[in-house]
Amino acid sequence: MTGIGKSFLGVRVLSDVGLTVAAGEVHALMGENGAGKSTLMKILAGVHAPDEGTIEIDGRPVSFGHPIQAQRAGVAIIYQEFNLLPERSVAENVFLGREPARAGLVDRTAMETATERLLAELGEESFGPRDLVRRLSIAQQQVVEIVKALSLDARIVVMDEPTAALAEHEVELLYRLVRRLQERGIAVLYISHRLREVFDLADRVTVLKDGKHVTTVPVSEVSTDELVRLMVGRDLSAYYPPRATSVGEVRLRVTGGGNDKLHDIDLELRAGEIVGIAGLQGSGRSELAKALFGAEPFTRGEMTPRRPRSVREGVAAGIGLVTEDRKAEGLALRQSVRDNALLVARALGRQGRQGPQGLRELLERVRLTPPREDQEVRYLSGGNQQKVVLAKWMTVAPAVLLFDEPTRGVDVGAKAAIHDLMRRLAADGMAIMMISSELPELIGMSDRIVVLRDGRVVGTLPPAPTEEAVMRLAAGEVTS
Amino acid sequence: MSESEQIGAVPARTPPFWRTRGSSPAGVVFLALAGVILIGWVLVAARGGQFLSLENLVGVQQRSAALGIVAIGQTLAILAGSLDLSVAYLISLSSLVAAETMAGRDGNIVIAVAAVAGISAAVGLVNGLVITKLRVHPFIATFGVALIIKGVLDHLYDGPAGKVPESFQHLGYDRLGPLPVSAILWAAVAVAAWFLLRRTTLGHRIYAVGGDQEVARLSGVRTDRVLIVTHVLCSLCAGIAGLLLASRLGAGAPTVGTDGGYDLESIAAVVLGGTALAGGRGGVGGTVGGVLLLATLDSVFNQMEVNSFFKDVVRGVVIVTAVAIYARRKHGRRA
Ligand SMILES: Nc1ncnc2c1ncn2[C@@H]1O[C@H](COP(=O)(O)OP(=O)(O)OP(=O)(O)O)[C@@H](O)[C@H]1O
Ligand SMILES: [Mg+2]
Repeated sequence: MTGIGKSFLGVRVLSDVGLTVAAGEVHALMGENGAGKSTLMKILAGVHAPDEGTIEIDGRPVSFGHPIQAQRAGVAIIYQEFNLLPERSVAENVFLGREPARAGLVDRTAMETATERLLAELGEESFGPRDLVRRLSIAQQQVVEIVKALSLDARIVVMDEPTAALAEHEVELLYRLVRRLQERGIAVLYISHRLREVFDLADRVTVLKDGKHVTTVPVSEVSTDELVRLMVGRDLSAYYPPRATSVGEVRLRVTGGGNDKLHDIDLELRAGEIVGIAGLQGSGRSELAKALFGAEPFTRGEMTPRRPRSVREGVAAGIGLVTEDRKAEGLALRQSVRDNALLVARALGRQGRQGPQGLRELLERVRLTPPREDQEVRYLSGGNQQKVVLAKWMTVAPAVLLFDEPTRGVDVGAKAAIHDLMRRLAADGMAIMMISSELPELIGMSDRIVVLRDGRVVGTLPPAPTEEAVMRLAAGEVTS
Repeated sequence: MSESEQIGAVPARTPPFWRTRGSSPAGVVFLALAGVILIGWVLVAARGGQFLSLENLVGVQQRSAALGIVAIGQTLAILAGSLDLSVAYLISLSSLVAAETMAGRDGNIVIAVAAVAGISAAVGLVNGLVITKLRVHPFIATFGVALIIKGVLDHLYDGPAGKVPESFQHLGYDRLGPLPVSAILWAAVAVAAWFLLRRTTLGHRIYAVGGDQEVARLSGVRTDRVLIVTHVLCSLCAGIAGLLLASRLGAGAPTVGTDGGYDLESIAAVVLGGTALAGGRGGVGGTVGGVLLLATLDSVFNQMEVNSFFKDVVRGVVIVTAVAIYARRKHGRRA
C-alpha cells in the first residue's frame, strides 16, 4: 500500500500512509485509538475506497469496489467489531456470501463438514457448526470470526485486535495459528494494543499516529519504551498509579447474594478502594457485576443499598456499570457522543451540572481523541467508544462504579489515563470494582482481589499477589 | 491438568432440541390457529351450525389464496429487512393489465400472463433500485411507487375494465378434487419460496441482508443485488395475486387490490407468522399460518354475523398479542 489517504466527511483520518508486507511475515500495526489502523485495513479489504494512493498485491495494482473483490484477491480480515449474524448458525456465518453451492443450491453438508474441520483444527470443541451464533459467548464468537477468515484460504490475513475478547488459553491457540499461517507463506497483518503480543509474534511493526506513518522497524531493533514513545509521542511510566492509602465507609455490601448463576456471595466495596475480581471465563464475574447493578438481579441475600430489582433501581441507588460489551449494552451507536454521554443523566432526569462546558471538560478528562461531541458513536474507533461509556457514568457520579473489562481495546496511553482516572475517582470517595482478564492490570490496580469460581467467592487476595497465586485459586488447583 | 487447558475453559452448551432451530417460531401461530378453529367450532356448533364443513374450509382457502400469495412475497421483502407497500396497487394494475390484454380471447392468455409478469418485475425493479441506489427508506420508496401506480390507475380507469375469457376463470373457481386450484397455486408459491429460502444461496443471503446489512456486505454479499432481486420476487407475487383476482372477477378492477387491503394485511400476516419486521428472522411457514389465522377469524365472524367494527378490534388485538408473544420469547425476561 502506497500513499494511502482517506477522509470521512471532510475529516482527514489517513494521509500518505505506506505499508509493505512480505509473504510469511507477521507485521504488527500499532497506534493510539483513532490513529487510523482499522481504517487502513478496511481500505485493504475493500470496505472503504481510498481517496488517494495505490494498493499492489504481488506487484500488481488492485482496486476494490466491494469487499468480495478483496476476498477474491486473497485478502481475509477479522474485523475489530463483531461481524456475525446472531440468528444464523455458525456454518452459515462462516460461509456467508460464499456458500458452497451447485447451481445455486446450497450444499449444507459440505458447508458444515468444512466448518467442523476448521473448528477441529483450532481445537475448538465447545460448539459445533449448527449452533446459533446468538448462543455463543463472546470468546466463542471470536473463534467463529477466525474460522470465517481461515475458510477463505487467503494469502493476506488481517487481524484487527483478535485477542481483545479471548481468554489466555485461547490467546495461546491464536499464537499457534498465526505461526502456522506464517509457515504457509501467508502474510499476516496484526493489530493489537498489547505490546507483549507484538513482541511475541511480529517480525516488523509499523506505527501510525494521527493518520500518518511514523515508522516501520523490525521488532528486534526496538524496545518497549521506544515503541510506546513512538505511539504516544511521550514517555509513559510503566507503573500503575499508587494504591489507596486509606479506605472509607462501606458503600455496598452483599451477604449471601445469589441467583441462578451465583451462590452465597459475600462482598463489601468501600469508598476509596478498587476491588479486583478474578476468575476464569464462566466463573460468574460479569454475572456478579450485573447482579449488583440490577441487570440480572440477585434473587437471594441481603444487600445495602437495597437489592436492586432492575437497572433503574440500581442506577437510582448510585450504582454504575461499565459493561464488557459496549456495542450491545453500553452505547446508542447511532447517536452522538454528547447524547451518549448524557444518557444516564437524562434517564435520571438530571440534566444537572453538566453544561456544555462541563461536558467538554469531561471528554477531555477521559481523553477522547478527537474530542468531538457531535460525532455518531458508531464511527468512533473502538477505544474511543469505551471512553464515551466512561464519560456517561461520570456525569452522574455514582457511589459505586463497576468496571467489566474497562480497558479492552484501549491503547496504552489511554489505558494509563483510564487507570489514573479510576484511581482518582476512588480517591474522591467512589467505591470501584474491576473485572479484568488481563492479570497484570488486575494485580497492578487492585487493593484486594476477590476470586470467583463457578459462581462462588473462593478467596480474597491481599494487594499485589503473584499471577500464579491468582490463577491457582481461580482454576481451583491444589497447591503443589 | 495443565494450566492452559483449564483456564478459560468454556463449558459446552448444547441448547435443548426445541430451541436449536431458532428460525421458526411458527409453532405459535399454528397453535393459535388450532385455538381459533376450536373456538369457532364451539361457537358455531352452539348456534346449531357446522363450522368444519367442506364448504367452509374451501371458503377459507378461497379467501386466503390471494392474500397468501402476496404475503409470501411480502415475507421475502421483510426477511431481507425491507417491506413493500406498493403491492395493493400493483395487484389492481396487474388485474387490469391481464383483463385488458386478454380481452376475452383464449389465445391472449399467455401474452397477458407474460405482460403481467413483465410489469410486476419492472415495478419490483424500481422499488429495489430506489431503495438501494437512491438509499430511500423502503417504507417511503414503496409508498411513493404505490402513489405513482395509483395516479396512473385513477387517470386511466374509473371502474372495472377488460374481460377475462371463460377458460382463465377456471383458475379462480375450479377444484381439483376437494382442493381449489387457487389454493394449489398458493401452496406452489409457498413451497417455491420455502425452497428458495432454505436451500439456495439467494435465500441464505436474504437472511443475511435482513439480519445485518453491514455484516453481509463486509462478508462479501452484494447486498444491493439481493435486495433488488427480492423486491422483484415480491412484486411478482403481487402480480400472480392480481391474475388470480382477475380470474375471479372476470375483469380487471382499479380498486381490487386496495379494497382487499393487501398491503397492510400482508404485512400483518407476515408478523403474525413470527417473522421479525426488522428482518433476518422468520420464514414462510409462519406466514402461511398467519394468513390462515386471519382467514379463519374472518370465517368465524361471518358465520357469527359479527359487526365489522368488532371484527377489526379483535383482529387488532390478535396481531398485537402475537407480536408481543414473539418479543417475549426472543428477549426472555428483561426490564
Ligand atoms: N465510517 C466512518 N465515518 C466517519 N469517521 C470514521 C469512520 N470510520 C472511522 N472514522 C474515524 O476515523 C478515525 C480512525 O479510526 P480507526 O477506527 O481507523 O482507528 P483505530 O486506529 O483502529 O483505533 P482503535 O485502536 O481504537 O481501534 C477515528 O477518528 C474515527 O472516528
Ligand atoms: Mg481499530
